[in-house]
Amino acid sequence: MSPLLHHALVGFIVLNVVIGMVTYVTLLERKFAARMQSRIGPYYVGPHGLLQPIADALKLMMKEDVVPAAADRWVYNLAPLAFLVPCVLIFATIPFAPGLGVADLNIGVLFFLAVSSLEIVGLFMGGWGSNNKYALLSAMRAVNQIISYDLPFIFAALVPVVLRGAFGWFVGAYGVLGPLAFVAFLVATLAAENRVPFDILEAESELVAGFRVEYSGMKFALIQLAEYAHMIATSFLGALLFLGGWLGPGPAALGPVWFLLKAMLIFLVVTWVRWSFVRIRVDQILAISWKLLLPATLVLLMVTAFVVAARGAGGS
Amino acid sequence: MADAEARHVIEIGYGGNERLVMNMGPQHPSAHGVFRAILTLEGETVVAVDAVIGYLHRCHEKLAETLTYVQYPSIASKTDYVSAMTAELAYVAAVEKVGQIGVPKRAQYLRVLVAELQRIASHCLWLGTWCLDMGGALGGGATIFLYAIRERELILDLFEALTGARLLYGFHQVGGVRYDLPAGWPERCRQTVDLVDRRLDEYEAMLDDNAFFRVRTQGVGVISRELALDVGVCGPLIRGSGVAYDVRRTEPYSSYGDFDFKVPVETAGDCYARYRVRMVEFRESIKIVRQVLDGLPAGPISSRPGVKSVGQVRIPKGEGYTRVEGARGELGCYVVADGSAKPYRLKWRGASFSNLSILPHIIPGHKVADVVAIMGSVDPVFGEVDR
Repeated sequence: MSPLLHHALVGFIVLNVVIGMVTYVTLLERKFAARMQSRIGPYYVGPHGLLQPIADALKLMMKEDVVPAAADRWVYNLAPLAFLVPCVLIFATIPFAPGLGVADLNIGVLFFLAVSSLEIVGLFMGGWGSNNKYALLSAMRAVNQIISYDLPFIFAALVPVVLRGAFGWFVGAYGVLGPLAFVAFLVATLAAENRVPFDILEAESELVAGFRVEYSGMKFALIQLAEYAHMIATSFLGALLFLGGWLGPGPAALGPVWFLLKAMLIFLVVTWVRWSFVRIRVDQILAISWKLLLPATLVLLMVTAFVVAARGAGGS
Repeated sequence: MADAEARHVIEIGYGGNERLVMNMGPQHPSAHGVFRAILTLEGETVVAVDAVIGYLHRCHEKLAETLTYVQYPSIASKTDYVSAMTAELAYVAAVEKVGQIGVPKRAQYLRVLVAELQRIASHCLWLGTWCLDMGGALGGGATIFLYAIRERELILDLFEALTGARLLYGFHQVGGVRYDLPAGWPERCRQTVDLVDRRLDEYEAMLDDNAFFRVRTQGVGVISRELALDVGVCGPLIRGSGVAYDVRRTEPYSSYGDFDFKVPVETAGDCYARYRVRMVEFRESIKIVRQVLDGLPAGPISSRPGVKSVGQVRIPKGEGYTRVEGARGELGCYVVADGSAKPYRLKWRGASFSNLSILPHIIPGHKVADVVAIMGSVDPVFGEVDR
């Protein structure tokens, strides 16, 4: 099999698995939230609501695609794609087990961090192109927030990289610095994924639905897909960097299962936070990032670097 | 206030040259009914707000002139549909005052009982929707909302067992109340308030020590004592600003003097203070409900038990005003009677209406996100604002 065909095939499989996972992760979140709120959640479509995501997807596909008369049509129509592509692209570098991934880049982490920041372009296009005041305000907030939180996110994610001393994908646990970095990573994750308490750009009680208020039908579905894909990718990244990825008891073939479970654990923690807190204000979010999280992660990264340098030879 | 125009723009050092005018409502996820706020923004900061009301006007006062004293109480409940029992109470109390109709002790106690249960139910809805405003329908706010609604349902179940209705009751009538307590109801009521009492601890555990909740509410929407008195806000708003004013205490009606309860006062005047006031009011209402159930006297439930037809109550010529403490504050009703079976003129004084007029004074200078937090803490019900 030619390498090109091989990559295309693997890429196709991963893409479909990701989309399938995204649809079912929404069900997981809805069930989880329902339990938290002493409700039952989706129940009627299929046994225990198991077919609900498919029904939702079908519904969104059949909806009328409304384009506001005053919208900037090119920007408006391209935005969901520009938002979706980076969010799906980051899956390319994630190895689900040793050797089981689309691309084994030697700068995997950096590729992930760089590409995941690109989603802001699509997001701002959506907010601008809709020609809606709510969407515009939301897009401004999004730019503010993502610029503020990408740095702490990257610093926190780099701590295990420095500890390991290489940029390839790796697994393992680290002394006291690891857990600290993990906490910082989780907070930055919440913000980078625009989840409550940092979901000011969606903020449906102020900005109705934020930058996607004018989107309907399949374009809305693409935006949702991208958001959840980003969320899952970040959970996988967290599981890989901090929780040991595919390591676990049992035969090596169980590796992907362990990896999935750990990623879902992170996802559920994020969901748990989401359904427990109220949203905070935009100025408070920026203050948390610039005054607390950024210095803290920077210091953490530098301390880690010193520790590794003192130990010599990067530990590998 | 000196300026007759409520809209005043605050000037801040803003580098940009453009202000954004944004509509919030009347159709908006957090518009609490049909309130329209036209916000003028500089970046994220609100510099002016125009409050537009009237979308829910239903000619309630004119309607009252066309309905008899027997018919109108069940319509009065539609002015403040979240706290229907106190709205009915204000109307019948005004009619009784004009007609000098006595109310038996048992009926007075029952009125207190339902009014306090109604306050609990209303505050449950307030807590839920307010957290929904701040936390989002897709976030922690929804969790509190569903918890609070769960407790409100229990109270509504009690009302359903008592009157057959869950939202608009028609429980009061001139001279007393329409229904007596069914068998087993007092025990059920006790169990319910005990449960709500325990659940209140859960809410407080979830909100009081929650750093995110505190930064969203503390220091936000501060109403100073002077401003509160000038604008004439009432209910939890004025008590949150350091004025111990409660109609139940300053002018006891319907035997409120028999019960032991305290009027909570906070001095900070911000959203958090109003939250604390209402949380204490929850508990005080529960305390009053227990006292009523303990001391409920036997006897008739109405001084006019024979009333059957709609035109049978006639009030002699005269006029009078009564006020009661509703869940949102002082609710007044002014009745002019002309000797027939219908009032000549009726005027409502809604607590939500006077509370809402504080918004243009406190919102400018805050961020957009605070607008919904402040509006939620004011707790307006638009049926009562527009009538």
